[in-house]
Amino acid sequence: MICVLLLIPAVAALLSLLVRHTLVRRVILVLTGVGHTAVTLAAWNTTPQPLLNGWLMLDEAGLLFLTITSILFLACSVYAFGYLAVQGAGKQQDYEEGTLFTNAPDAVFCACLEAFLATMTLVTVSRHFGLLWVAMEATTLASAPLIYFHRHHRSLEATWKYLLICSVGIALALLGNFLMVIAASRPGGEGIAIVVDALIENGANLNIPWLRAAFLFFLVGYGTKMGLAPLHTWLPDAHSESPSVISALLSGALLNCAFLTILRSYQVCAAAGQAAFCQDLLILFGLVSIGWATIFILGQTDYKRMLAYSSVEHIGILALGVGIGAGATFGALLHAANHSLTKAMLFLVAGNILAAYKTKATTEVRGILGVLPWSGVLWIAGLVAITGMPPFGAFLSEFTIVKAMIEQGRTGIAVAFLAMLALIFIGMTTAFLNMAQGRCASDLRPPGKVESVLAILPPMGLGALTLMLGLYLPPAVDSLLRGAAATIGGH
Amino acid sequence: MNDAADIVLVFLVLTNLMLLGLSRLGACIRMVALQGIALGLLPLLMEGGRVELHGAAFAIAIILLKGGVFPWILMRTLREVNTQREIEPFIGYGKSLAIGTLILVVCIWLSSRLPLPEPAMSSLIVPVAFFTIMSGLFLIVSRRKALTQVLGYLVLENGIYAFGVALVDKQPMLVEMGILLDVFVAIFVMGIAIFHINREFDHIDTDKLSGLRS
Amino acid sequence: MMTTLKLVHLVLAFVAAPLLLGIINRTKALFAGRRGQPLLQAYYDIWKLLRKGAVYSRSTSWLFAAGPWIGFAAVVAATTLVPFGGLRAPIAFPGDFLVLIYLLGLSRFLLVLSALDTGSSFEGMGASREVTFSALSEPALLIALAAVTKYTGCVSLSDMVVATVPRLWLDAGPIVVLVGFALLIVFLSENCRIPVDDPNTHLELTMIHEVMVLDHSGPDFGIILYSAALKMWLLGQVLVGLVVPVHTGILWLDTPAALLSMALLAVLVGIIESSMARVRLLHVPQLLVGATTLSILAVVLVLR
Repeated sequence: MICVLLLIPAVAALLSLLVRHTLVRRVILVLTGVGHTAVTLAAWNTTPQPLLNGWLMLDEAGLLFLTITSILFLACSVYAFGYLAVQGAGKQQDYEEGTLFTNAPDAVFCACLEAFLATMTLVTVSRHFGLLWVAMEATTLASAPLIYFHRHHRSLEATWKYLLICSVGIALALLGNFLMVIAASRPGGEGIAIVVDALIENGANLNIPWLRAAFLFFLVGYGTKMGLAPLHTWLPDAHSESPSVISALLSGALLNCAFLTILRSYQVCAAAGQAAFCQDLLILFGLVSIGWATIFILGQTDYKRMLAYSSVEHIGILALGVGIGAGATFGALLHAANHSLTKAMLFLVAGNILAAYKTKATTEVRGILGVLPWSGVLWIAGLVAITGMPPFGAFLSEFTIVKAMIEQGRTGIAVAFLAMLALIFIGMTTAFLNMAQGRCASDLRPPGKVESVLAILPPMGLGALTLMLGLYLPPAVDSLLRGAAATIGGH
Repeated sequence: MNDAADIVLVFLVLTNLMLLGLSRLGACIRMVALQGIALGLLPLLMEGGRVELHGAAFAIAIILLKGGVFPWILMRTLREVNTQREIEPFIGYGKSLAIGTLILVVCIWLSSRLPLPEPAMSSLIVPVAFFTIMSGLFLIVSRRKALTQVLGYLVLENGIYAFGVALVDKQPMLVEMGILLDVFVAIFVMGIAIFHINREFDHIDTDKLSGLRS
Repeated sequence: MMTTLKLVHLVLAFVAAPLLLGIINRTKALFAGRRGQPLLQAYYDIWKLLRKGAVYSRSTSWLFAAGPWIGFAAVVAATTLVPFGGLRAPIAFPGDFLVLIYLLGLSRFLLVLSALDTGSSFEGMGASREVTFSALSEPALLIALAAVTKYTGCVSLSDMVVATVPRLWLDAGPIVVLVGFALLIVFLSENCRIPVDDPNTHLELTMIHEVMVLDHSGPDFGIILYSAALKMWLLGQVLVGLVVPVHTGILWLDTPAALLSMALLAVLVGIIESSMARVRLLHVPQLLVGATTLSILAVVLVLR
């Protein structure tokens, strides 16, 4: 089954490069999403067999992140179907500067998108640290052309930053791999293979200083891809310049995959008794990320950048949750699901707004509720969800994390956390509500655009899912989350 | 101090220091090429004279790649973008050299805190590898031209390679493939990216790539 | 017997010092395709200057007249501290290399004072440049000597030189090379050779040492020339002694070896001067910091 999961997007990517007919290509894209989600849901019932001598295996945490990725890809592929139909092939006019630019070829977009899914799937099923690293490197390479879809200088700048910073991060993670091998080596003979299961089994025999160094390099290296401050500098640019579909996938799926790799190394460290060391580092990075995001959200005038910084904030919450440990790990994993669904929804709606209003400034967009009613409602729903208000899922996950903080007596961290969340709430709400309400200026009013079904259904579906997670946690999901939290958090 | 490996490692340190202090891009590329050649020879010296076919073939491949192909690609890019020198970097050359020396001392101290489980052939390998990694990072952070940042990335990879091959003889294939793939892809991709940047912007001054702010 | 030999060694230093200048100039001429000055030209120049009369500006004081002579005295005192060939220096004690460096520094200090004494901004500019560059080269010199102290285990210059045997090269080859390079750069800087300063130029923008002594004339200038030659000899001795590992203890081997090495050093300086251009004034600190870095690297390798 793991084989099928990897092959579906890989084969689709090859086909997209070979097929000439545009419509067929887009249909392949949507079918890939459908097929992949179907197989993933099948994996919930029957655990897939491990492959390659234990190098590829799907455990609970992997299944959770795989499901999130799959659902997001399905929604995005449906949205992209409509998006690509609207995007022209010839010269376009840039909204912000009025210069002309072209888009990347359709085939490249579809193929890279499917390759992106394939590499992310590989990340979720890898158990060998080397293979995990290769998969993460591959995600960087697959997503770079996607960011450079609109070929103008701003997106080129964003792509350059993305490539450089993420490559440096991946290189440091490679060093972490080597340090892990040293930590796992036994004097005079075969060392322990750097497969997660083998390392956890032999946890007590690992060389502690080298293991700590390895975790540190993993955290810094993969943290760059995850978006932990101060390594997140590529994130706002990449998210604001790439098409909204890509931003949705980057924020919702890629950041999670990087988080998963850090979780794997955390598992190994916890098995060696170094959980406290790792947790301190995670809490530190988490708080710094949330703080940094707070500063840059207040007074932000570009709504896509605001969403990007909100991603940084939520990644910080994930790190913080795992750092606190105990009940907060469950909360963090639930939050990963909620954040991904909500952020993807918001980015897709932002895409609608951008297409209609042709501006990314929060000060210029007004009256979405009047002009694009469905998008307006989804926009406000997304705002409510992302800032952690009930009845959406994010409230539940953040509440769990705070509860665990107070149970452990870390009231200082809890107070700081809540204060920053409040500030972010203020910042985002003022901007978003101003955008949604009011009367649209007549010169900005888009020429009678009807919202297409393909542009509304995906975000609506994602929103419904996160609403459901907030109101009622299905038992299957609950047990999966608890299983994942147990493998990560408690030993 | 009586090992050929030690001499190569000291040479490596010298090339790093020179990279920190040089301003001519062509000379910088040649320095990185020299580093690559030195690194290709390193695993042969670490073995202490026992050279197998596999090791020799790999050493030759690394020397050709790092000492020949990559610098050639970068020199071509340099000619295309028509620049000669790095303009005034964020941290001046004299200060860079001083900071580089400080980093070297820190790396030596750091490696004394991380004793290897199995002593390797040369005791200089861990500090020099760390130092190369740090100077690569320093180059990326403190220079303005995109080409120098790519060079910094190459130096970073060289440091990681030094770490990997010299220490990790448990899983040689993984190390070798990983690093080769990483560097090859990075150079290709970054070379293409720089070409695009030059076409788009007419310069490769990443400091001027500041259209996207805050 | 030993005392006579030590005196001979001092006399040799005094007599042979200006010959170095001749060798350097000859090498440069050969590179340029000329025949060049006679090897003994420096002697003729000094002799000519000593017989001339001196001109003193009305704005100078006794310091201007006395400076060169006190400086000369300092350099002569320094000569007694430097070992030559297989011989120990006439005066050797623990820490004598520090005294050597500071005696040379004293002579430079007095030259600077005389330059400032003229009240001319031209000399002042030269003096400030000279002092800046010497401030940057001093750490390089001291740290390199510290490295040597550490790996030979001796604190007296004579002992350090005697300890430079082929065995040392085998044990600590890279360190000796690093120290040698650092000392070479310091040598070039202290003696105002290219790439730090061009001894032949008379352009305002590029002069350093020459402009500092511009106002001296007659015997004063002759003594300054001679002190400069002697300083080059001394620093060359230190460099050659610490790098060339021929100290077998047999006098008839060591002394010619040392003389030959000095001549080779002069040829090397000539080659460097002919093949490089002067480094831009702004980049000279970079070069000197580079020398300091080499010294620090040598120390770090020794301490490791």
